[in-house]
Amino acid sequence: MSGLTKSPWIIHYDASSCNGCDIEVLACLTPLYDVERFGILNTGNPKHADIFVVTGSVNEQNRQVIKNIYDQMPKPNVVIGVGICACSGGVFKECYNVAGGVGQVIPVDVYVPGCSVRPEQIIDGVVKALGILEEKRAAFAAESKKGTDTGANADAKKDGGN
Amino acid sequence: MAGRIVVPFGPQHPVLPEPIHLDLVLEDERVVEAIPSIGYVHRGLEKLVEKRDFKDFVYIAERICGICSFTHSVGYCKAIEAIMDLQVPERAQYLRTIWSEYSRLHSHLLWLGLYADAMGFENLFMNAWRIRETILDAMEETTGGRVIQGVCKVGGVRRDISDAKLKEMTAKLDSIGGEIEDLCHVFFDDASVKHRSVGVGMLSKEDAHKLGAVGPVAKGSGIALDLRQTGYSAYGSLDFKPIVETGCDCYSRCIVRAKELAQSVDLIKQAAANIPAGDIEVKVKGNPDGEYFSRVEQPRGECIHYVKANGSKNILRERVRTPSSANIPPLVKMLEGCQMADVPVIVLSIDPCIGCAER
Ligand code: SF4
Repeated sequence: MSGLTKSPWIIHYDASSCNGCDIEVLACLTPLYDVERFGILNTGNPKHADIFVVTGSVNEQNRQVIKNIYDQMPKPNVVIGVGICACSGGVFKECYNVAGGVGQVIPVDVYVPGCSVRPEQIIDGVVKALGILEEKRAAFAAESKKGTDTGANADAKKDGGN
Repeated sequence: MAGRIVVPFGPQHPVLPEPIHLDLVLEDERVVEAIPSIGYVHRGLEKLVEKRDFKDFVYIAERICGICSFTHSVGYCKAIEAIMDLQVPERAQYLRTIWSEYSRLHSHLLWLGLYADAMGFENLFMNAWRIRETILDAMEETTGGRVIQGVCKVGGVRRDISDAKLKEMTAKLDSIGGEIEDLCHVFFDDASVKHRSVGVGMLSKEDAHKLGAVGPVAKGSGIALDLRQTGYSAYGSLDFKPIVETGCDCYSRCIVRAKELAQSVDLIKQAAANIPAGDIEVKVKGNPDGEYFSRVEQPRGECIHYVKANGSKNILRERVRTPSSANIPPLVKMLEGCQMADVPVIVLSIDPCIGCAER
């Protein structure tokens, strides 16, 4: 399992950010910062992703979209809120169409504040998230082992799977 | 005849960094109609003028969009300055011009990269963004921020650039000139770029005019619409001509932006050579009273800031018409009759900035 945390795949969604944080997320992938050398890949498919990077704040229109993406991701996964908008609503907190940070819709594991966030901070956030992902994986593995022992996965075991 | 099917595109889609949703009505592979629906990033920030005083609102105006951030603050400040009849010092005007052109460079390089990515040309994407980092470094060294700068304020600018630094900046631009040229050369001549973009996403000059296209979309369809020619900031004293292409397709729009890179470098050099000494701000006394339409040329085209004030510290109304909202009707027109596989390229060819368009 730990092999996966060495090459985590990321999905990025722009909730209602001003773009400032989005382009910094993208900048992380490009030659100067180049997180791909660590095996971190940006994917467009929620079902392939381990880390969900959200920029911007929540509003009525995108609430469901964020939830949909999150629900489609395999568990365990981690969520990173990038930018002060994703943390709390930031400068737009008092706008009529801003409900607040991403934490209102889905559980967030790491918040990266800043307006706009610097790529170094984003990478730092991802590294923190990897630690959390590792813990979650361990817990998840222990949990499913317990499940197997109590016979919940007995059929799968019989077929040679686990 | 094949039956019609509707394919949803977005809001979360691999080629789009930003959420826009299109319902594509298809007949086999051909797009018959595209119906956009927006609102995923609407924040309602125009109404914040009631809670922030007119000087603080510059921060909000800057965060309408993280790519055109500087030009948004210029547009807003220009409106307030016109209402209050403030004479912004020449040096500040030149500095604004320099930073505006740096924004254009960074925005166009960003776009050229994303466009290459939409065509599946990954190497070109990385190269464009690599060059862009040099521009962002210069931004950061002079303003303190990479994408959100916070240097423009009502009455002038917050920071000065020393003459030595200006020399260093132009030298740096000279040194990356060759790289920019190489990059543009790929966009101009490469067979795969041409294959994906020549004759794709046609928008005739009449349609562009009728549907109100602005910026490189209009320029790519043969309309010489460039607000910098009105001479705001220091553009009046610099020598340049709008870049116009007449191919009316994605390729032309791409060429316009690639050629504007060289133009921006040239404008920065002219401005750096002619910048006068002096103050960088004037004192702002009192509150604005009156109304003004301020028009500036952003990387994506004409942006309007309308400000109405009644003499109190909160202005009454701020209305922003951004280039991306103006370019959505032309986009719908371009998509009619195209192939499904060309949709990402065509959508990107207007350089959509949804953060701007919905505010
Ligand atoms: S945190 Fe700042 S830069 Fe990032 S999306 Fe929000 S307003 Fe834009």
